[in-house]
Amino acid sequence: MNYIGIDIGSTCAKTTVLDEHEQVLFQDVCPTGWSSVDTAENIRKQLVQAGFDPQENVVVATGYGRVAIPYSDKTVTEITCHCAGAVYLFGHQTMGVIDIGGQDTKIIEVAGGMVKNFMMNDKCSAGTGRFLEVMANTLSVSPDQLTVLAAGGSDTSISSLCTVFAESEVISLIGRGEKKENIAFAVVDSIVRKVASQASRMDLAGKPVCLTGGLCDSEYIRKALSKELKTDIETSEQARYAGSIGAALFAKKKGKKS
Amino acid sequence: MSDYLQMWKDLGMDVETHDALCQVLPTAFGDTFLSMENRPEGMGFYDFVVSEIHGIRPSEMIAAQKEGKKVVGTFCVYVPDEVINAAGALFSGLCGGSQFWVPGGEKYLPKNTCPLVKASIGARFDRTCPFFRIVDMIVGETTCDAKKKAYEILGEDVPMYIMDMPQMKRDIDIQKWADEIKMFAAKMEELTGNTITLEGLNDAIHVINEKRKALARLFDARKNADNIPISGLDALLVMQIAFFDDPVRCAEMANKLADELEQRNKDGVSVFPAGTKRILLTGTPLAIPNWKLHHIIETSGAAVVCEEMCTGTRYFENLVDEDNASLEDAYMALSKRYMKNNCACFTPNGGRIDDILRMAKEYNVDGVIDTNLKFCCLYDTERRSVEQAMNEAGIPFLGIETDYTDSDAEQLRTRIEAFVEMLG
Ligand code: SF4
Ligand code: SF4
Repeated sequence: MNYIGIDIGSTCAKTTVLDEHEQVLFQDVCPTGWSSVDTAENIRKQLVQAGFDPQENVVVATGYGRVAIPYSDKTVTEITCHCAGAVYLFGHQTMGVIDIGGQDTKIIEVAGGMVKNFMMNDKCSAGTGRFLEVMANTLSVSPDQLTVLAAGGSDTSISSLCTVFAESEVISLIGRGEKKENIAFAVVDSIVRKVASQASRMDLAGKPVCLTGGLCDSEYIRKALSKELKTDIETSEQARYAGSIGAALFAKKKGKKS
Repeated sequence: MSDYLQMWKDLGMDVETHDALCQVLPTAFGDTFLSMENRPEGMGFYDFVVSEIHGIRPSEMIAAQKEGKKVVGTFCVYVPDEVINAAGALFSGLCGGSQFWVPGGEKYLPKNTCPLVKASIGARFDRTCPFFRIVDMIVGETTCDAKKKAYEILGEDVPMYIMDMPQMKRDIDIQKWADEIKMFAAKMEELTGNTITLEGLNDAIHVINEKRKALARLFDARKNADNIPISGLDALLVMQIAFFDDPVRCAEMANKLADELEQRNKDGVSVFPAGTKRILLTGTPLAIPNWKLHHIIETSGAAVVCEEMCTGTRYFENLVDEDNASLEDAYMALSKRYMKNNCACFTPNGGRIDDILRMAKEYNVDGVIDTNLKFCCLYDTERRSVEQAMNEAGIPFLGIETDYTDSDAEQLRTRIEAFVEMLG
């Protein structure tokens, strides 16, 4: 028996399969697209092809599309899953976890390997992957390119937190002939400041802080966030899978199909 | 609810728009309430009241008006129902709890006003709530800024009387509230043409105390650590209806329901499986038909076992001294009881923290969810001290700000489910 964790986020769906020894057997990420139901079906086919038929293995679903997976044996929220995934990846029992997701950003305080407290931005898309995506679009670059550009920029800022207003600020910066690098810098700076201000309301002092979610690949974001939070933030290549790893761990805990 | 069409027309209501509300309410009620299993039989009465919500009680009120009685609308649990009752008038809580009325309110109020206030203004000006049409006078109070200014706008359309509520709880404030109650009594005498006698006021105090005791009994049954005899949703509905029902009938029905709940506790009849997490919900009022948070919590593996809210404990905790020797004594006795309520309009408001800590123990809760309506800066600001106190006491805590729309329902569900998972 193997254990499947599926994390259907707002932009990407992540899948992880673990064996009895919690070793990763399979991992995949694909865009969520318009319909979580279709995504769930595609993932199922993929799993069957890879030899991990959901019918024969335990499946735990997480993420905002967690209810859209008809073949899951259980659902667990992404907050609990990201915590478990981060404990697995980083090995800290006490830490702060920052997950910058597509639609929302979560900050989780972990104690004794469990969620002790958490917060989610509930008001708007400021400080999320979506914000980055919209601004990258406006600049006609990919989100990845934007973070690379940002490393070469400086001294520009966007004051508005609202994505819609910020977008028009970016447009007027373009109109003014501001360098792309500088605008990209301002975009990342806005996200980092927003995330940091959220994190400042949690009790993270003196604890290791780990970054999970889609933006963990960007060394520039990790550095900028580290600087703002005055701590060396850890991340790993697998951190974008943290939610699905956590879900797979809960599948293992569950042990059998329901 | 169509039998009441003529009555609504006579009230000058916009029956066409009102029809839309009549159509969605039964579905909303069915989806949230009737889908619950093993509900107490005593809820039948409350289900019936909701099914005829804009018909049955309004028609009773209109019948009373035909006999020459007056109906007075209120917006706050500090306004003493006893005085209204002693003057031979009927009272009705008016707070609006549906998004249906919010756009109407936004024609008159800034968008960043709390939805309760917007809905209330919308319900009056859009002429889509019979209670708002029936009332002969509305009693406002100087509590939050949103209500204070909204009352000025309401006053353009309906006779208003404002009570000046203290913002602190010193002895002079309690004296001042007693004076305000006395002035309000004079206003009620003027409105009704009746004299408020000592005997009448003592009787009214007794009637409202009995109602409080009955509701308290019902809440007592929810304290049982091993059994949840009633869902939070049903208990909330009882409270919401208490705001406009006849007080004697309210007590009778609540007592009947409490009998049943006590028996359920003896027999171990629970509406939730064993091990369901027990939640104390604190914060701003949940006016009818605002069932959103309870519904999400109770379909996420937890149960609400107490509401530290005006549509909860603040409505019935503490009794008024009965058998007062003079009217002055009675006004003072009323003031003393009402000033024991702890609303975020007051400063400092440490009493509310003490209440929450006490209730967390009394109701054997696993966690506290503090909620405030969007743009209610008082309760939002007070969240910080509530959270601190819960952290110190080691009680898991979640803060939620929300409005009447469903747009954040999925987000809320994730946060609440994660909170319940955190409780273990
Ligand atoms: S929350 Fe405060 S102002 Fe509002 S009804 Fe309750 S006591 Fe009155
Ligand atoms: S919830 Fe807050 S803003 Fe709204 S009426 Fe009550 S005290 Fe005022």
